Amino acid sequence: MVAHAIFFYFFSIIAVFAAVMVIVSKNTVHSVFYLILDFISISCLFIMIGAEFLGMIMLIVYVGAVAVLFLFVVMMLNVSQQKHEIFKEKIFSSHIPFGLLIGVIIFLELIIVIGGWKYKPNIIETESINIDKDFTNTHAIGSVIYTDYIHLFQLAGVILLVAMIGAIVLTYRKREGVKRQSYFKQISRERNEGVELIEVESNKGVNLDD
Amino acid sequence: MEYLYIILSEIYKILFLLIPILVSVALIVWFDRRVWGLVQKRRGPNVVGPFGLFQTLADALKYIFKEIIIPASANKVIFILAPIVTMTLALIAWAVIPFSETFILSNINVGILYIFAISSLGVYGIIMGGWASNSKYPFLGSIRSAAQMISYEVSIGIIIVNVLLCVGSLNLKDIVLAQQKIWFIIPLFPMFVIFFISALAETNRPPFDLPEAEAELVAGYQTEYSGMMYAMFWLGEYANILLMCALGSVLFLGGWLSPINLFPFNLLPPAIWMILKILLLFLLFALIKAIVPRYRYDQLMRLGWKVFLPFSLFWVILTASFLYYFDMLPNNI
Repeated sequence: MVAHAIFFYFFSIIAVFAAVMVIVSKNTVHSVFYLILDFISISCLFIMIGAEFLGMIMLIVYVGAVAVLFLFVVMMLNVSQQKHEIFKEKIFSSHIPFGLLIGVIIFLELIIVIGGWKYKPNIIETESINIDKDFTNTHAIGSVIYTDYIHLFQLAGVILLVAMIGAIVLTYRKREGVKRQSYFKQISRERNEGVELIEVESNKGVNLDD
Repeated sequence: MEYLYIILSEIYKILFLLIPILVSVALIVWFDRRVWGLVQKRRGPNVVGPFGLFQTLADALKYIFKEIIIPASANKVIFILAPIVTMTLALIAWAVIPFSETFILSNINVGILYIFAISSLGVYGIIMGGWASNSKYPFLGSIRSAAQMISYEVSIGIIIVNVLLCVGSLNLKDIVLAQQKIWFIIPLFPMFVIFFISALAETNRPPFDLPEAEAELVAGYQTEYSGMMYAMFWLGEYANILLMCALGSVLFLGGWLSPINLFPFNLLPPAIWMILKILLLFLLFALIKAIVPRYRYDQLMRLGWKVFLPFSLFWVILTASFLYYFDMLPNNI
């Protein structure tokens, strides 16, 4: 039990520290790296409570894919240039009331969530949840998701699909004057249609573009 | 005292796995260069030691004694962390690879997800190295590599789903034991081919070595690295290649199982069979490096997203329907 406690405090201290550093650090790329550290330590905590499937999915989805895309975008910014300027600009101060509003809303929501425990104190006791000890974690999640909650699960999938199509529609534009390559055409070209022997009259030349 | 005993015995087990892996990485580099040379009618490294076997050791020794140069405008902490991350991630994934029914460092329930997660983390070593170098070639190389690794991870994930449908468990040991009747390479042969090609792309091997395409990007994300830090990138890369070979042999070639469970074959210990299969796959990796020219970047992306992804998705549906229709779904579901 002692080892368990040591590991728990180790990972949670790292998680809290990294979460604070995400906001505090001035370099945006560093923030993203702290965010990744946070994700990793949270997934370690998931594994420690026995939710190994969730922990691994957290690593694969958030750290392996989402954070890489974050990093992609943030790396493109010219960090050294805007490090200090953004705090001086006037636009920055106009964001403050809006940010405060969102902060207050999230704070209230958190209070409501914690208040929920008061009305149903046994919600976190594992004995109130029916868990078959013979099942593995993955098995248990699958047997719930694909039976009782199949409609919600598929709805989530459809929402993701809509978001994906929306992103493609918003960013896709047909540009003029772009030459597209067709792999079929490239591979199926024969010598006699690609090469042509032309007798050139001297002093006149040939016009190749047609 | 009890904890100390547990910790010491675990460290002993880890070293028992890690040291052979590091030594075999050194040998595999020699093997790679040798095969490469023989295909091109050269001799390859054959001077240092018998058959040139100690060539890699000599190279490593050279790297250790070279100066580590950190560029003045580099982000120092991340610059130093990048090779460490690459090598650590390449080595910790070996914890779940089964070499025999008993010789597994940790037999966890979600073994295949663990390997998948660790290999998806591998991209960070490259991104960090490329960004922290604060120079154009490494940056372009790391961006190419990140896009490439994410694209091919998707198809590897879906190929793994194919295998999992036939097994019904995420445990690597169960995956191998499910292949006792027939290795998955026979029913899932197209998936094995796609897995092999995606593994080439995932480990940045030729013909997909665009992140370090020397004609375009000098050495990609490794351009600014020197000495031991370069050697660590290098070790991590080859450890990753070996890991992909091991994963391929666990998923498709029946892991530690002997080809036929008859007298002369089952005399060899299971671990030897596993190592032979890893070596066979690595031989393919080395041959491909020598034979095939490099892909163009748009061709690479097209292959990943427009060919492999739809085809492996189609195969998932095919496998699932086949198993369902003929009532061959694994019993434990």
